[in-house]
Amino acid sequence: MNYEIIGISVLWLFLYGYLIVASVDFGAGFYAYYAKVTKKDHIMNQLISRYLSPVWEVTNVFFVFFFVGIVGFFPDSAYYYGTALLVPGSIAIILLAIRGSFYAFENYGSKQSNLYMFLYGATGLLIPASLSVALTLSEGGFITEENGKVALDYFALFTSPYSWSVVFLAIVSVLFISAAFLTFYAARANDVAALKLVRKYALFWATPTIIAALTTFIALGQHNERHYQNMFDYWWMFGLSVGFFMIAMWLIYEGKRYGLAFISVMLQFFFAFFGYGVSHLPYILDPYITVYENATHESTGIALIIVFIAGLFLLIPSLILLMRLFLFDADYVKGKK
Amino acid sequence: MMDLDPVLMSRLLTTITLVFHIIFATLGVGVPLMISIAEFIGIKKKDPHYTMLARRWARGFVIPVAIGVVTGTAIGLQLSLLWPEFMQVGGNVIALPLFMEVFAFFFEAIFLGIYMYTWDRFKKPMTHWWLSLPIVIGGAMSAFFITTVNAFMNTPEGFEIGGDGFAAINPLEAMFNPATPTKVFHVLASAYLTVAAILAAIAAFGLLRKKTKEYHKKALKLTVTLTFIFAIFTAIAGDVSAKFLAEYQPEKLAAGEWHFETEGNADLILFGWLNEENEPEGVIRLPGLLSFLAYSDFNAEVTGLEEFPEAERPPLWIHYMFDLMVTIGVFLLGISFLYLLLSKLKRWNENNKFMLWMLVLSGPLAMLAIEFGWIYAEEGRQPWILRGYMTVEEAATTSPYVGWMFVLFLLLYIALGVIGAVVLRKVFKNNPVEDELEKKYPTIEKGDK
Repeated sequence: MNYEIIGISVLWLFLYGYLIVASVDFGAGFYAYYAKVTKKDHIMNQLISRYLSPVWEVTNVFFVFFFVGIVGFFPDSAYYYGTALLVPGSIAIILLAIRGSFYAFENYGSKQSNLYMFLYGATGLLIPASLSVALTLSEGGFITEENGKVALDYFALFTSPYSWSVVFLAIVSVLFISAAFLTFYAARANDVAALKLVRKYALFWATPTIIAALTTFIALGQHNERHYQNMFDYWWMFGLSVGFFMIAMWLIYEGKRYGLAFISVMLQFFFAFFGYGVSHLPYILDPYITVYENATHESTGIALIIVFIAGLFLLIPSLILLMRLFLFDADYVKGKK
Repeated sequence: MMDLDPVLMSRLLTTITLVFHIIFATLGVGVPLMISIAEFIGIKKKDPHYTMLARRWARGFVIPVAIGVVTGTAIGLQLSLLWPEFMQVGGNVIALPLFMEVFAFFFEAIFLGIYMYTWDRFKKPMTHWWLSLPIVIGGAMSAFFITTVNAFMNTPEGFEIGGDGFAAINPLEAMFNPATPTKVFHVLASAYLTVAAILAAIAAFGLLRKKTKEYHKKALKLTVTLTFIFAIFTAIAGDVSAKFLAEYQPEKLAAGEWHFETEGNADLILFGWLNEENEPEGVIRLPGLLSFLAYSDFNAEVTGLEEFPEAERPPLWIHYMFDLMVTIGVFLLGISFLYLLLSKLKRWNENNKFMLWMLVLSGPLAMLAIEFGWIYAEEGRQPWILRGYMTVEEAATTSPYVGWMFVLFLLLYIALGVIGAVVLRKVFKNNPVEDELEKKYPTIEKGDK
């Protein structure tokens, strides 16, 4: 296996990590706000606060890691995506800034501010929508290069059925993943009232999620025939994804093994995400950037891989410690510590 | 707005992001060290005042961290959004420290979360203190890696240009380029100095308001001592930097010192202003001192600005930035030394009103010096983004929408700054230290607050 494939695999793994961690974070924030406006915050917010408080600064790092890595392994990405994404990328940054700051403001400064909670909750849905634009662009048809100038075709982007189906999928996925996690967390906390509520959300958002996935799949067929055909070569990955989805739904519906249910949801998205990614190869940006022709210099690529491996030895124990202290310490989850 | 030059707007947007982010990046590097020191002293001396200091500094640290994280993410993305050609080129060479910086910050963020939520959770207080060390180390390493990137922009090394691009790349050479040692030393020393001065300012203000005297006196003694120590380190770093500039970036030194002709026994020019002919007036001239500063030899020949093509000279106004930075640095060294001196002399009260007000001023001045220093560093590299290889103009985005993004981000930073300050004040106003001391450590003598 060459360093180009290792590089893109590493990055995709971190993007997947961001997908899961951020979905829990974004969805939890939205549910916290929704609970407030529906007068159910007494049920929800204690639960959500205890999860979010120790981990909120960690979420962003997965994202930063991905875009620093994509430029490091594939420097031409900076040129094409950098120029094209100035406006949508800037909007995403602003939303991330609002979310990251107002979580701290709301949690530490003002216990009763509806405005801060609204900003925190609303950005939880707007951020995945704006970030998903980058994945849409990667399918081609939206970025043009004329006279050495890169430009984004906004009209094509806003009128593309595929583009909107990706946005829809991003939003409902966030809500589903988050609800599935919170169901597990509430069960662990023995918080019966919260459990009933978030379990209902998980069951509710499951259907839109699978519909959105199917819709996006069909829309991709109309937008990028090559990628669409490649996906059939990996049908087994999408089959596994649906299989794990069904396991998760059955467990949540039956009201048992919520931890296993959440793991099934994670595996559902793992196989779908990697199936989508591997069938996208060799393109990072159709038709301008491939993993082979546009990879960084070999010495840099190898250095990055070495650092990645070394970094994991540092990160994995740290993350395990974090999870043991806050996620799997039953007394903490229940609010006794 | 949309008709404005994308290069100019890209520079302005990067400037406001950096100016805003640097406040929080500096706090992010420095505050954990102060917290760790205070907690350690509190445990070793069994003095709850120091432990309370650590707790309250940690609580106050959360808001700046939040803003620092989001603005750091912004600058990280803006490197590609605003300077796509630079990142296309630089990404091949300098990706390594950017990558490592993310790991360092990841490490720091994880342990910050752990540290913040495990007060009183362990049987041994030292266990909690140990958890502060990864935050200190992570913060310093984060600063180290990102500073090597900035250093690379000043002295690009570790690559060779072939017929169709990069012929050979050595990532470690790029990272450990000639500018790295002096820059890292200067960044770390000045960050710790600034944070010590800010925390001293807060303690001095507390004493001026005649609150919890014993607590604030201990805080002040600790932070002024640290201010003095790090002021010395920063002065040394500044001296080392001057020698580096003389050898590797003489045009930056020449522009900053208004040194136009190559000559030996060169004078150091302080203050002054430029007249209509762009000639210095009203300056204080220190004979031969520039030569000594640059080469440790009063007679050494210092390269003048005239040696460089006009198109490759930094703007002359960076002289003001340099003077402001150095003046503040000297003030911080002097005022902290004076305080410590007075505290040794029995017949003087080191906590007199004059000293306290000087120390209150020290905090904001220290942060201003950091900003002046970075403006000096960045403008002094102009017109290059990669010295000798790529100009700022060549690197900038061609997107016509930069101006609108500038307005959006300016509004964002104003909002975050104002609301952050309001929230931070509320955090402490609603929980005065005397109440917290009484609640957490009831054994403290009532009169000893």
